[in-house]
Amino acid sequence: MGSLDSKIPSGPLAEKWTKHKNDIDLVNPANKRNIDILVVGTGLAGGAAAATLAELGYNVKTFCYQDSPRRAHSIAAQGGINASKNYQGDGDSDYRLFYDTVKGGDYRSREANVYRLAEVSGNIIDQCVAQGVPFAREYGGLLDNRSFGGVLVSRTFYAKGQTGQQLLLGAYAAMNRQINRGKIKSYNRHEMLDIVLIDGKARGIIARNLVTGEIERHSGHAVVLATGGYGNVFFLSTNAMGSNVTAAWRAHRRGAYFANPCYTQIHPTCIPVSGDHQSKLTLMSESLRNDGRIWVPKRLEDAQSIREGKLAPTELSEDERDYFLERRYPAFGNLVPRDVASRAAKERCDAGFGVNKTGEAVYLDFAAAIQRYGKEKALTSGLKNPDNTTIKQLGEEVIESKYGNLFQMYEKIVDQNPYKTPMMIYPAVHYTMGGLWVDYNLQTTIEGCYAAGEVNFSDHGANRLGASALMQGLADGYFVLPYTIGDYLSDDIRTGPIPTDGPEFEATEKEVLDRIDKLMQSNGTHSVDYYHKKLGKIMWNKCGMSRNAEDLKSAISEIAALRKDFWENVKIPGEAGQFNQELEKAGRVADFLELGELFAKDALHRNESCGGHFREEYQTKEGEALRDDENFKYVAAWEFKGAPSEAIMHKEDLVFENIKLKTRSYK
Amino acid sequence: MGALIKSSILRKVVMALSGFFLVLFLALHVTINFVSVFSPDLFNELSHFMGYNPFVQFLMQPILILGVILHFVLGIGLEIQNSKARTVNYVKYKGSANAPWVSRNMIISGLVILAFLGLHFYDFWIHEITFKYVEANLEDPTRYYEETVQKFIPMWRTAIYVIAFFLLGMHLWHGFSSSLQSMGWNNKYTASVKAFTKLYALIVPAGFIIIALYHHFNHLSQ
Amino acid sequence: MNLTLKIWRQDNPETKGKMVVYPMSNVEGDMSFLEMLDVLNEDLINKGEEPVAFDHDCREGICGTCSLMINGEPHGPDRLITTCQLHMRKFNDGDTIVIEPFRATAFPIIKDLVVDRTAFERIQQAGGYISVNTSGNTVDANAIPIEKEKADEAMDAATCIGCGACVAACKNASAMLFTSAKVSQFALLPQGRVEATDRVLNMVRQMDLEGFGNCTNTGACEVECPKGISLENIARMNREYMSAIVKG
Repeated sequence: MGSLDSKIPSGPLAEKWTKHKNDIDLVNPANKRNIDILVVGTGLAGGAAAATLAELGYNVKTFCYQDSPRRAHSIAAQGGINASKNYQGDGDSDYRLFYDTVKGGDYRSREANVYRLAEVSGNIIDQCVAQGVPFAREYGGLLDNRSFGGVLVSRTFYAKGQTGQQLLLGAYAAMNRQINRGKIKSYNRHEMLDIVLIDGKARGIIARNLVTGEIERHSGHAVVLATGGYGNVFFLSTNAMGSNVTAAWRAHRRGAYFANPCYTQIHPTCIPVSGDHQSKLTLMSESLRNDGRIWVPKRLEDAQSIREGKLAPTELSEDERDYFLERRYPAFGNLVPRDVASRAAKERCDAGFGVNKTGEAVYLDFAAAIQRYGKEKALTSGLKNPDNTTIKQLGEEVIESKYGNLFQMYEKIVDQNPYKTPMMIYPAVHYTMGGLWVDYNLQTTIEGCYAAGEVNFSDHGANRLGASALMQGLADGYFVLPYTIGDYLSDDIRTGPIPTDGPEFEATEKEVLDRIDKLMQSNGTHSVDYYHKKLGKIMWNKCGMSRNAEDLKSAISEIAALRKDFWENVKIPGEAGQFNQELEKAGRVADFLELGELFAKDALHRNESCGGHFREEYQTKEGEALRDDENFKYVAAWEFKGAPSEAIMHKEDLVFENIKLKTRSYK
Repeated sequence: MGALIKSSILRKVVMALSGFFLVLFLALHVTINFVSVFSPDLFNELSHFMGYNPFVQFLMQPILILGVILHFVLGIGLEIQNSKARTVNYVKYKGSANAPWVSRNMIISGLVILAFLGLHFYDFWIHEITFKYVEANLEDPTRYYEETVQKFIPMWRTAIYVIAFFLLGMHLWHGFSSSLQSMGWNNKYTASVKAFTKLYALIVPAGFIIIALYHHFNHLSQ
Repeated sequence: MNLTLKIWRQDNPETKGKMVVYPMSNVEGDMSFLEMLDVLNEDLINKGEEPVAFDHDCREGICGTCSLMINGEPHGPDRLITTCQLHMRKFNDGDTIVIEPFRATAFPIIKDLVVDRTAFERIQQAGGYISVNTSGNTVDANAIPIEKEKADEAMDAATCIGCGACVAACKNASAMLFTSAKVSQFALLPQGRVEATDRVLNMVRQMDLEGFGNCTNTGACEVECPKGISLENIARMNREYMSAIVKG
């Protein structure tokens, strides 16, 4: 096992970033014109990075598999974006945001990166407002904030329930400005299929034009990967259908270490699976837990009757219900962090208390909130002795004003009225904290290959707090990467354009073509989705919300067997040289089938429970996660050695100088 | 400037302005015509004024004609351009689900009205021009009422007029409020203004229809 | 539920397409429309036929990738949703469902139900931004208070997902609702006023160049828009445009 140099600048925590910016080399404006950068992925991190790099003067090419950069899955983020602005005057600060993020991540993230994130968070808001992002405002015309996910301050900025969309449109607009100036060339409906290394440095990519099926070579002095997370390894997740690990995995195979793949966030408030046809899961904002109470029936017979449709949830009296989060965590109640809430729901459903057809759902009940708000509203409207119907009606109005769009979405999907009967929810895979290992400069272990946003591992440790993903994507893209990359590129001012006809491009392109040929020729019996669903089932059952050594071992062998079967028996109709969605999926699933195995291997080696990684062997008597700081306070970065089973682990020890390690407790 | 002439919005605004002008003209037209129902003398007087006042004849009349021509030339031009914007049609297109028939078929109501205008010009305008400038007859301030009544004697012509007014109503039903929207006028008053434009689209054509039918049947009963 | 699907099949932009009939059985009401197509495609693949190509990504109504003209309406018969949020319970046993791509000269077909909507990209590139450097050295976010009402209106315009339903629904294939939503978002905010004149002129010019039709105010776009973008935005763009011409 080797160790890794994270290149964290010396000096006090709060001064590291400023000092680093002063110390690193810059590229002069005239020379930037001679440097090409490839940005793969155009979500918040990629879009922001592309816009800023182009603005600084570099020539940028962007690539995305979607038909427009603005369709990247950052667009689906609902709740908001954190920033330590302290506009509410409630004692927020960079340090407090840093502290909450490290603690929320269960002490498995890198201090210096997280502090930098907190430090630039305020700038993000300034920047976005200047770009015309219509954040929610108060009547006084100033920006509004809400509180989010178990922290003690209001620091979340939001734009209705569509914050991700608005921030992405902001970054996309900044990109458009550069496209209009000719500084960015955007390649939409293009998918990166490999990275090209020349003398060990990332110098280009091989991409497939998804419309024509042509394989293209693109060269640059550096390659930025901003391709998001790999939650789709579970088949069912809240990710977009196209979200994939291919770019990251291809880089991994060529030398980029993959860090902490087992850290996955399972979000508690998603709409449950309705049947085998299910293709993806829909998230509902965590903010629902501010007013909804989560419960299952106390008696198994009642749960059974509800599943069979013989009993309605509203027929159960208060003492026939088990508000299990309130019971287990009296201090935080329904507002415990995501991982804790998810596991508790799974525990109840596994014990047979699930409330939908499949037995995998719990109730999220707004009846109490409707009563509470109704009475409050009646009082403030001067109504004396209002009857129950009036209270209910007033309460429903308040709930509608707060969550109207979510309730409407729920009703469209489930066909039940959540004002009248409790919502059903179940946890779903949502975000992956693990990803490509990067140093302080966001450079991977391949020189000249950078990773920004969810695709890297750096800021969220073992669990991400709500409203922090957007913050990280934009911080990396707007304010970190464009500067740190200059340090590397300052050596490249005399390199000149990278030719695409060298032997390295030749060889890599051939490998890509061979792989496509192999996929097309297998002409087997099963569709790509068949394998993807099978992989998803293994992942969910054995590497999901809670894991144990035995299951993980069998997952490893099952995934390896499934991968073998896939390569022998997958069936892809059509031709490679044309628009072919099955071929696109096949390439992605092939990579998931390798990643899945590494995922399980990583989870198996980590003999502790932390954040999103819960090992059944490592829990307290009360069923809470048991972290092992003595033996596992490190980042596990895996090096590819020909197959996932051969991967070698490198450790980056995590040093906490500014924060004291504690057991997370929400009791 | 060339780009401006091609600009879709500018064309739309000109379309709207000319339409709006024609809407106002219709109010004047129906008012004067209605006088014929109860006062032939006043009708003659007003018609004579309109026919010989130089301001009306040499300023307003050319503007009106220009407005009509602009409106239909642009309208047909827009229709051609619009049909090019979708060269392959849907196998199934459910336009009724999201817009009323009249809004989707302005070209039909417009072309019917245009055809009617041919007859209407032949009936009255050509007649006037011939009377005044070709034959250079002397002024006769009392001829208008009788001439108008004569026109509505044949059943076929009355029927054509009634049908055309019906289509005019449809055209106005969409066109009046649409012209306001095109000119950028959409705010908190829009709902009530829209209601007014619909009422207008009912009343004005109804007025014309009543006049035509009145003269037709009034003559029969004499 | 048993259904008959009539789907537009077209190999590539050059070839002629045609409607092909597919009987579907055992469709469940809880399926989304796209999941129903997934099931069809799975069958087609198993039979060795090419699956139906259609655009989709987030499947939660926000990315704007999915399209489809379903029984003559973009995103199908339900309101304020995208195709991915349409559920089969909106249909009845025995129904025939006609599925076509969004049709417009400016949206050429790539394959089957997939169309090329990059015309929208070019409209936005022509001016759909505020020229501010992403240096982070802008003024503090709270330095310019913005009336809540204006901010909310800007937000309403900004919720456009660029799916193209407005173009598909419009009998003229006009892109006015889309363009006006983008113009309005910036026109309503003080940050966007600085470049308002050039922005509206450039974006409208690009919109015209792309070959979209003209707006005849039928209002179909507003009805079919999955995000409920208002016609007021078109009126606002018309105003902005005229005042931009006057200012030159």
